[in-house]
Amino acid sequence: MLETSQADEHTFTSSVRLVHAVGMHARPAVKLTKLAKKFQAQISVRVAGAPEWINAKSVAKIMAMRAAHGSTIEIKGAGSDAQAAVAALVDLIATDFPDGNS
Amino acid sequence: MTDTVGIVIVSHSADIAKGTADMVRQMVGSEVKVAFCGGNSDGGLGTNVPLIIDAINSAWSSRGVAILVDLGGAETNSEMAVEMLEPERQDFVVVCNAPIVEGAVMAATESAGGSSLAQVKAVAEELSAG
Repeated sequence: MLETSQADEHTFTSSVRLVHAVGMHARPAVKLTKLAKKFQAQISVRVAGAPEWINAKSVAKIMAMRAAHGSTIEIKGAGSDAQAAVAALVDLIATDFPDGNS
Repeated sequence: MTDTVGIVIVSHSADIAKGTADMVRQMVGSEVKVAFCGGNSDGGLGTNVPLIIDAINSAWSSRGVAILVDLGGAETNSEMAVEMLEPERQDFVVVCNAPIVEGAVMAATESAGGSSLAQVKAVAEELSAG
């Protein structure tokens, strides 16, 4: 897990390695989306270096990003609760999408 | 969390309907009401309007109900079931133009976040939009 960086007062970015054995398949995508939706902040994610950011609250787009096992996921949040949102998503991915917090 | 949009799954096959509902419950969780129906009274393939109405009632929510269907008759019978509801409830039920399994999981995921019926339908139909 890398440190969170802060671009301005309400924008936070961080990155985390995807440890899930088969990458971002359906079940992790649902968990990530559901968690993202609990925050007001605009949250986007991408595989590190990818040209486009993807809306973390869109389950179809998260599934379609097909992030592979071992890839690094960048997470960006903007809004009043962005810091907590980014931290929560990093934790979800770093802990391999545990059951029970949905 | 207040009420969430309910999900109804209508397949020609009872097994597909139940299996799809199982996937939704396991992947998305229990905060969204899910009802399903499929098959005819002889245990064969088919859909029928009274069972669809029962499923709509079972998944009913003040936020509305989104229906996911498989082939032809499932869609027409679902539309007929909606037309047979009380007029004041008809505006709160929509049939989604989406693949049944993927659409149900995505609709339920969107619903779990507290989204409106229109948003839930739009997300389910994102898949068909290509």
